Amino acid sequence: MSVALTERLDDATRDASSLRRFLDGLPGVDQVGLEQRAATLATRSIKQDAKRWAIDTAISMVDLTTLEGADTRGAVRSLCAKAVRPDPQRPDTPHVAAVCVYPDLAATAVEALAGTGVAVASVATAFPSGRSNRAVKLADTALAVDSGATEVDMVIDRGAFLEGRYGDVFDEIVAVKAACAAAQDTVHLKVILETGELATYDNVRKASWLALLAGGDVIKTSTGKVSPAATLPVAHVMLQAVRDFHEATGELRGVKVAGGIRTTKDAIRYLVAVNEVAGEWWLTPSLFRFGASSLLNDLLLQRRAKQDGHYSGANYVPE
Amino acid sequence: MAKSERVGVAKTYKLYIGGKFPRSESGRSYQVTSEGGAFLANAAQASRKDLRDAVVAARSAFGAWSGATAYNRGQVLYRVAEVMEGRRDQFIAEVRDADGVRPRSAESLVDTAIDRWVWYAGWTDKLAAVLGGTNPVAGPYFSFTVPEPTGVVGVLAPQRSSLLGLVSVLAPVVATGCTAVVVSSAARPLPAITLAEVLATSDVPGGVVNLLTGHAAELGPWLASHADVNALDLTGADAEHRTELARSAADTVKRVLRIPEQEPDWTASPGLGRLRAYLEDKTVWHPMGV
Amino acid sequence: MPVFDYAPAPENRDIARVKQYYQPFIGGGFVDGDGEPLKTLNPATGEVLAEVSTVASSDVDSAVHAARRSFERVWSPMPGAERAKYIFRIARLVQERARELAVLESLDNGKPIRESRDADIPTAAAHFFYHAGWADKLEYAGLGASPQPVGVAGQVIPWNFPLLMLAWKIAPALATGNTVVLKPAETTPLTALVFAEICQQADLPPGVVNIVPGAGDVGEMLVTHPGVDKVAFTGSTEVGKLIQRQLAGTRTRLTLELGGKAANIVFDDAPVDQAIEGIVNGIFFNQGHVCCAGSRLLVQESITDEVLAKLRSRVETLRIGDPLDKNTDIGAINSAEQLAKIRELVASGEEEGAQRWTSPCPVPEKGFFFAPTVFSGVESSMRIAREEIFGPVLSVQTFRTPDEAVTKANTTPYGLSAGVWTEKGSRILWLTSKLRAGVVWANTFNRFDPAAPFGGYKESGFGREGGRPGLAAYLKGADDGEV
Repeated sequence: MSVALTERLDDATRDASSLRRFLDGLPGVDQVGLEQRAATLATRSIKQDAKRWAIDTAISMVDLTTLEGADTRGAVRSLCAKAVRPDPQRPDTPHVAAVCVYPDLAATAVEALAGTGVAVASVATAFPSGRSNRAVKLADTALAVDSGATEVDMVIDRGAFLEGRYGDVFDEIVAVKAACAAAQDTVHLKVILETGELATYDNVRKASWLALLAGGDVIKTSTGKVSPAATLPVAHVMLQAVRDFHEATGELRGVKVAGGIRTTKDAIRYLVAVNEVAGEWWLTPSLFRFGASSLLNDLLLQRRAKQDGHYSGANYVPE
Repeated sequence: MAKSERVGVAKTYKLYIGGKFPRSESGRSYQVTSEGGAFLANAAQASRKDLRDAVVAARSAFGAWSGATAYNRGQVLYRVAEVMEGRRDQFIAEVRDADGVRPRSAESLVDTAIDRWVWYAGWTDKLAAVLGGTNPVAGPYFSFTVPEPTGVVGVLAPQRSSLLGLVSVLAPVVATGCTAVVVSSAARPLPAITLAEVLATSDVPGGVVNLLTGHAAELGPWLASHADVNALDLTGADAEHRTELARSAADTVKRVLRIPEQEPDWTASPGLGRLRAYLEDKTVWHPMGV
Repeated sequence: MPVFDYAPAPENRDIARVKQYYQPFIGGGFVDGDGEPLKTLNPATGEVLAEVSTVASSDVDSAVHAARRSFERVWSPMPGAERAKYIFRIARLVQERARELAVLESLDNGKPIRESRDADIPTAAAHFFYHAGWADKLEYAGLGASPQPVGVAGQVIPWNFPLLMLAWKIAPALATGNTVVLKPAETTPLTALVFAEICQQADLPPGVVNIVPGAGDVGEMLVTHPGVDKVAFTGSTEVGKLIQRQLAGTRTRLTLELGGKAANIVFDDAPVDQAIEGIVNGIFFNQGHVCCAGSRLLVQESITDEVLAKLRSRVETLRIGDPLDKNTDIGAINSAEQLAKIRELVASGEEEGAQRWTSPCPVPEKGFFFAPTVFSGVESSMRIAREEIFGPVLSVQTFRTPDEAVTKANTTPYGLSAGVWTEKGSRILWLTSKLRAGVVWANTFNRFDPAAPFGGYKESGFGREGGRPGLAAYLKGADDGEV
């Protein structure tokens, strides 16, 4: 990336109007070209042993998620058990990256996962709509981190973004980040852009840069409550943003795709995109995540099929 | 004392290059006679250097003329007809002498020539609609095709039809937005120079039409081989020279107009053929997305 | 970290049903020609793929004769609606045999299967489908009230898109009621001869399509044959000029689709990531064996470093190798001769002082391959900026203002295509009107469609293929230029 961008980055966060200038000055995204490139990459096929590695890597990148009104402490505990030992009959199966829950259940998850290496992620900031005031959002965040969650998945204020109040969106991310840091030093902040509501790829690019500039550790596509959720072209745009941000600043930030990713084939297509667009560096759970619930079981089935040499069935993998 | 007859003012016929009327740089001229053999005038005999200057003038006029609006070009061509109409009697006299036709016939040839400008004037802003269009391609793209002028056209004008033939080969060139380097009929050049005077006084920008009097046999090879000429009309070349000229045109892939072996009946309705010959189709693609 | 490796995902070469021996197709049947048989190679391995019987002068005579007879007796008197159905049949048969044709094309030409499968073959079928529909609607084409076919068309096509170029030539000729003698390129004759089989399967009347394999001498016999009424040639400007000279003074009609040296112009406000894709697609599609390739990149100075850096890292991800591997982006150079030409021009670029960068990607040892190469610091006077390289080699120049971009883009004897990348709509339209090229791609590159006319300005040839203008080349009428 050019020196010019590095200079512009320093200027971008000075005040609301310089932020707007920076975001409006980002190069546009051509929808047709982007979607063609994404479709072409989706036809790559990968080697058998690479596929085994890819499946294990994908499992280790899963944020195993339950975000239902009907969630109970029992359901969260059993999800945690699954996160730690996804396929108990195959103990060589890696554990997932994190369990993702609502803030009021974060404490239950923290207790269940203590010492396992599986992180607890909590959504916050009036997830999924984000429609509340700053105080409520910060209180929501505090509930999550005080309960011991080490990862917070916040939502941006899409209304403010679409109104062009980029400064307000920026300030809110900064405030949430500060609220996390007030509780513990190491909380990882994932910023959900809800790309399905942003309407254009240009907006996805702007929102990605906005979140990165405001200090988001990870930019995340969706809440999973809005359709369309993650798509390959959207992931391309976000991966380009973290790649370019890294080239400009030297800092490594991550991407999380969430919603609608159900099959191993889907997951591998995302990994190919990560590899080709951002680079091999990003093929690690600290920099790339899948937010999913049913994906994990398909990964486990495919993992068994690769090991056994024949296809497995849903009944052979615990729910 | 007998009243003396007034002595007429004879005109000096010169070349028309870049909007100016120079003599040939070679200083050469040749005698032009009527069909009956009477001396009419000395015409400038253009040299290859005059031709070179004419091509330079045509090339430099091409940008503005091809870039002018079609409406504007149409008005300029119509203006040519208007100014010709005003000099109708002069053209009739010159065509009568040059082509050796009866006055009634000369009148009809001049009228047809004037009407031809009017016909072509009306085409300028319709060509794109008739010859171009949108292309329904199988993908998320908007694609359209527009006709554009090919560039500088070299014209060896008909040897027989001094005015109507000339207008019939020249008007379509400029109607498309191309610029022209024309070598007039060698034996019947005078109406061509009068036409040049009309062009010079009817809003046609200098260099859009360049008219040289002289010999197609001498100038043709230089025109056909000139790398900055994009298309050629060899109507005025002898049948035995046409092949050689077309061959040298191939060295820069010039568009060589398909023409009949004999000079055609210029009074016939022209059709789109000559317009089409001087147009290139340009296809443009752009993605459609948000 | 384990390497995230792509698997070789090769298409099965058996699908191509390669025969050991192929024959010319004349008068509806496969017959041995009297020419010296040629061996066509698989450029990815250098091994012989098949032997092909070629034609001699007497065979060209009989092909033209067969075409003439079927023109007069069968094809031109046939109602357009009936002709249309034959052409629709051909379109369907090409679709049905698409996989076979794609694998065979990649074997014979060296192009990646992804391209033969996704571009060449489907677009070829689309050309037949599109033109079939014209056959009974020619009086509505704006080419006169009752346009008439010209007669026998002699067609000569290049090796870069063998079946697609065949379709570009044969589909409009047949739709307008002409019959055809076509010479495929010496190094890529196979799909044309399978196409001959398709003509048989479609029950096309004998003599309507004739395929005469051979080298340049056969092409010359064909285009100068007195029984040919119309010549259509796609290939180098050098050969095009020769044909135009040979036909000078004759009544034979001619269209030429020749070389190019297209400028691909990138402004500082371009959608940069897609522009990079467009640059890559523009020059590395089909190994750069594309007459309209975006071989001259013109970048606005303020973003040159950024574009070059992004371009290099993107080009590094291009995979060069087995054309039959579905993961391959760049296949084999079509022939040893072409490879030598590319190397010679690349050497001239280095000698003349341009900075060469070549992708460090692994290159197969066997066969004819050339790694994607980008030259920066290119001056307009250098050979790599002026001559058509016809290989995966990009020359990068810079500009400061739109006027300078236009001047640099137009300063070439060629005029086939151009690319423009900018977000500003008015600038796109201004540029497209200034660029002297037959096809202008704005914010995209290398798009083709039977409905969109294609062809060049200046020394890139004359005449168009595709769309309504494409029909004009095969029809005579009041408005065909025969004034």
